[in-house]
Amino acid sequence: MTQPFIEFKNVRKSFDSNPVMQGVDLLIYKGEITVVIGKSGCGKSVLLKHIIGLETQDSGVISIAGQDLANMDREARKRFKQKTSYMFQNNALFDSLNVFDNIALPLAEGSSLSKKEIRDRVFMRMEQLEILGIEGRYSTQLSGGMRKRVALARALVTDPDLVLFDEPTTGLDPVRKNAVHSMIKEYQERFGFTAVVVSHEIPEIFEIAQRVAMLDKGRILFQGNPEEIQGSTIDQVRSFINGRE
Amino acid sequence: MGDRLEICQTSGDRFEICPRNEEAILKTAAGRLINKVEALGTTTRGWIETVGRGSIFFFQGLLQLLVLPVQFSKILEHTWFIGMKSMMVIVLTGIFTGMVLGLQGYYTLVRFGSEGMLGSAVALTLIRELGPVLTAIMVAARAGSAMAAEIGVMRISEQIDALETMDVNPVRYLFAPRIVAGVISFPLLTALFDVIGIFGGYLTGSLLLGINPGIYLYRVRDSVIMADVTGGFIKSLVFSLVVTTVCCSRGYFTHLHTTGGFGAKGVSHSTTTAVVNSCVLILVFDYIITYLLL
Repeated sequence: MTQPFIEFKNVRKSFDSNPVMQGVDLLIYKGEITVVIGKSGCGKSVLLKHIIGLETQDSGVISIAGQDLANMDREARKRFKQKTSYMFQNNALFDSLNVFDNIALPLAEGSSLSKKEIRDRVFMRMEQLEILGIEGRYSTQLSGGMRKRVALARALVTDPDLVLFDEPTTGLDPVRKNAVHSMIKEYQERFGFTAVVVSHEIPEIFEIAQRVAMLDKGRILFQGNPEEIQGSTIDQVRSFINGRE
Repeated sequence: MGDRLEICQTSGDRFEICPRNEEAILKTAAGRLINKVEALGTTTRGWIETVGRGSIFFFQGLLQLLVLPVQFSKILEHTWFIGMKSMMVIVLTGIFTGMVLGLQGYYTLVRFGSEGMLGSAVALTLIRELGPVLTAIMVAARAGSAMAAEIGVMRISEQIDALETMDVNPVRYLFAPRIVAGVISFPLLTALFDVIGIFGGYLTGSLLLGINPGIYLYRVRDSVIMADVTGGFIKSLVFSLVVTTVCCSRGYFTHLHTTGGFGAKGVSHSTTTAVVNSCVLILVFDYIITYLLL
């Protein structure tokens, strides 16, 4: 059986007295798009933040390629972070920097590349994402769709092995939503990274997912491929994917 | 029965007031006192936490200054913002402070027939006290508030989280260059304030009130010794650390100070608190340094 790239084992997390994750068990495989679905506020983003280290679990184990994330030495953690990108729900673009500097930031601050190499890589990504010509503009001067693409360019500029997408289509119209989904699918196929996508977009998201996990009341209720989840007999899963309470 | 309290056995030999009596207790005089003590305890704990967080943040910032490569372009950018862009406000504050000192000093000294000492009075007051203190307060109001607001907005819009996900140390990226920029800018702005202030005193003292310009300038040169200048310089250095640390840390920890509100309201509260705390701490440290230098 294939070794999972990321594994959550009985992970628990509470904020004050409010339990968000109550024994999460989740498997994420290399080179696949895993989509995490669930009701708003059920802890999907918190789950994602545990992978990148923005949150730390109260108990349980998160392992990356078989290595316990909590006990990873500094160098290994640094290497993992350098090969991981996170695309925030609201993009989290630096509003005091222009588009070029936003995309170049991970390279300028976290690599030893020369200015010319950084410039070349930024422009290559901008060209691939069809956002050339806006490098001098600021994020507040861009449309929602453009911002998403800039955020995606920033996430991909480091050639990551793992990209975490936190509700990448929030606030977009149906056309742009589909465009973002296609973009994720296309670039995942082209660059071969592992993607974890937190989303509410059902059933559209099933078209790009290779695995789907449903989080409910702090636990993973179901994980499997899109066909399996759509044929699930679990009441909560059926209700959620059919949009009923 | 409302007045009688029941005791419950919790485990083994442990006894506690029954939980159902707690509400009744809180309504009694003793209960109200407990509430007040509890509120005082919470506030004190909040203060200790804030000071602790700020101190750790400060030392993390200092530590990041030792990490190579040196962030020259960011230091220059912040020096431009803190120093260069504060020059106009320092010039205006300095000239009017000097003019007021000249006016007040003249009418006080003239009663003793010592108006010739005006140059000494203005120069010593500015170089020893008003120069470093007023410069720091003005820079805290202008640049410090901007630092707190900018970093606060970055915190609430997840830009600081984004830095962390890119493996960029936010303290190094946001705070360390500002410490250096403050250390460069504050003494230079203080020197500018002092010179402009002395000139302001000259304007009122000599040009308006008729003191001999030669005597005014002679008294300035004669009374100021190197120890006065060094003292002012030390103060401005300490104030630069106080202002940058307080303002950056208030912005950085905006999400933890929820008493002032969340989101934009939280940032506004952080900004106000940053400036007020900076001003109070400037005066506290001014007293301590003056005491140590005298």
